[in-house]
Amino acid sequence: MSVAPALTATNLFKTYGSVVALNGADLQLYPGEVLAVVGDNGAGKSTLIKCISGAEVPDSGEITLAGDVVKFHRPQDGRHAGIETVYQTLAVAPALDIAANLYLGRELRKPGPLGSIFRMLDNGAMKRESKSHIADLGISTIQNIGQAVETLSGGQRQAVAVARAATFSSKVIILDEPTAALGVRESNQVLKLIERLRDRGLPVILISHNMPQVFEVADRIQVQRLGKRAGVVTPKTHQMNEVVAIMTGALKVEEKDQTLQPVR
Amino acid sequence: MSLSAAEVEFQSNKGPEPLKERLQAKLHQYPSISPVMVLLISGAVFWILNPNFKDPFNLSLVVQQVAVVGAVAVGQTIIILTAGIDLSCGAIAVFASMVMGRTAFANHLPGWQSLIIGLLVGTAAGAFNGFLVTKIKLPPFIVTLGTFNIFNALTLLYATGRDIQASEMNSTLVWMGTTFKAGRFQITLGVILMLLMYLVLSYALRFTAWGRHVYATGDDVEAARLAGIETKRVIFSVYMVAGLIFALAAWILIGRTGAASAINGIDLNLDSITAVVIGGTSLFGGRGRIIGSFYGAVIVGVFRDGLTLAGLPPYYQSLAVGILVITAVTIDQWIRKANK
Repeated sequence: MSVAPALTATNLFKTYGSVVALNGADLQLYPGEVLAVVGDNGAGKSTLIKCISGAEVPDSGEITLAGDVVKFHRPQDGRHAGIETVYQTLAVAPALDIAANLYLGRELRKPGPLGSIFRMLDNGAMKRESKSHIADLGISTIQNIGQAVETLSGGQRQAVAVARAATFSSKVIILDEPTAALGVRESNQVLKLIERLRDRGLPVILISHNMPQVFEVADRIQVQRLGKRAGVVTPKTHQMNEVVAIMTGALKVEEKDQTLQPVR
Repeated sequence: MSLSAAEVEFQSNKGPEPLKERLQAKLHQYPSISPVMVLLISGAVFWILNPNFKDPFNLSLVVQQVAVVGAVAVGQTIIILTAGIDLSCGAIAVFASMVMGRTAFANHLPGWQSLIIGLLVGTAAGAFNGFLVTKIKLPPFIVTLGTFNIFNALTLLYATGRDIQASEMNSTLVWMGTTFKAGRFQITLGVILMLLMYLVLSYALRFTAWGRHVYATGDDVEAARLAGIETKRVIFSVYMVAGLIFALAAWILIGRTGAASAINGIDLNLDSITAVVIGGTSLFGGRGRIIGSFYGAVIVGVFRDGLTLAGLPPYYQSLAVGILVITAVTIDQWIRKANK
């Protein structure tokens, strides 16, 4: 039985001057799965997800979201379509509180003339909503929604960033090295969060260099090499060293050994 | 007094760390606490030194004197909140006042038309700064150092070596100098306009998405951009709005000095930064309350006035202001360390 993919990228090409970043890259993401994208530096991971999120425009190729062909020109386009990205750099404003960060750039205004004429923010509603979103995700370490983000640990900050993405992404969530700036314990918190997002049915693309983490949470692993897909495997079918071998080109995987269909 | 001293003793006995950290955290949460404390304490000291200090006439004078710098500080604050700085704010205000004065005097325009042209020129000058900062991507310090000289030169060229006196202008332009009694206090319309500017900008910063974006942009520009805020547009808007505010301050300036002059208000550039810094707004952006700048401006006014009444020579005023600025920035650094 075949499931319709939540997102596909087909035959994407992208060059920067003479540098070929994407050389016919493909990707299929299915509902409710964590797809890890791994690859050496310059393999085109970042460019691939930038094309998907709208931060870059591919030179050619096609992207579909829930079956419809989409064309993004700015990150906002991807965002409006329901694709949210979490960056490794803990992209939160330290002095603002958690609720303000969750709604940053998408603030709610009060109903009636207070909101439409005086542009007044509805802080109460944003606090209430944030609280329930945070609770939904099971982020129990965050106590006070009015707390400034700078009083939180790195892991909690990233949890806020993930919560923001989860709150507003209806279709796909992309995590670009979400644990790169975090310690071991904090990384585990974020990984737990990723699993919870998947369990809620949201498809996740995880970019990571950290093989143990990838093997812990990914349902399928897409290996990028030289701007295209070198293969898609799963933690069950392949070992960590085999994945690294595919990354470096030492190992080739035949189409029949790949896992191109969803495993969940 | 003795009770609170005893409390402090008691808490510090439990260990010096918690009290210090609690204080740090509180100051961090409410950045206006320290300027208000300074204001109250210095007021009390000057009152003791010379009882005439508390005279309503004297206090009214202090407030009237800080109206212009207080108004300019409103614009300076929103710029500093984005981690920028405007060294040209006084030059913009003086330029705008000269445009208001000369269009009324030389071109015989009605006062309200001169006023609107002056406000537009100020806004355009601010937008020019904003353009250089966001589009040409130059550091705000350099941009406004340059435009400070440019606007100064334009003012002198345009002024043709002559001040415009109040008698040569339409009454609309000097309207802000009108005084009225409020109880035993003498208030000018300029003071009211300044307070209104604080009210409006406080509201915009606290209760609108624009204000939140100003804070977020100053706090961490990259994080704000990744969160989907058009940070360049925010920064540009801040410089433009500040330009309008400087032009409104120019209107107050004409009312206060009774003239449009190329040399009045040239100290505003640095005095406004002084007020903002003493008011607890961080020069690194993203932190501070606009009302703090009002306290900052009043503190400088109170020190200048109080030291004069205490019979000290004027250069002690500069000394005191210098110490205030350095103390304020030291406290800011210390507070910022609280959560690092």
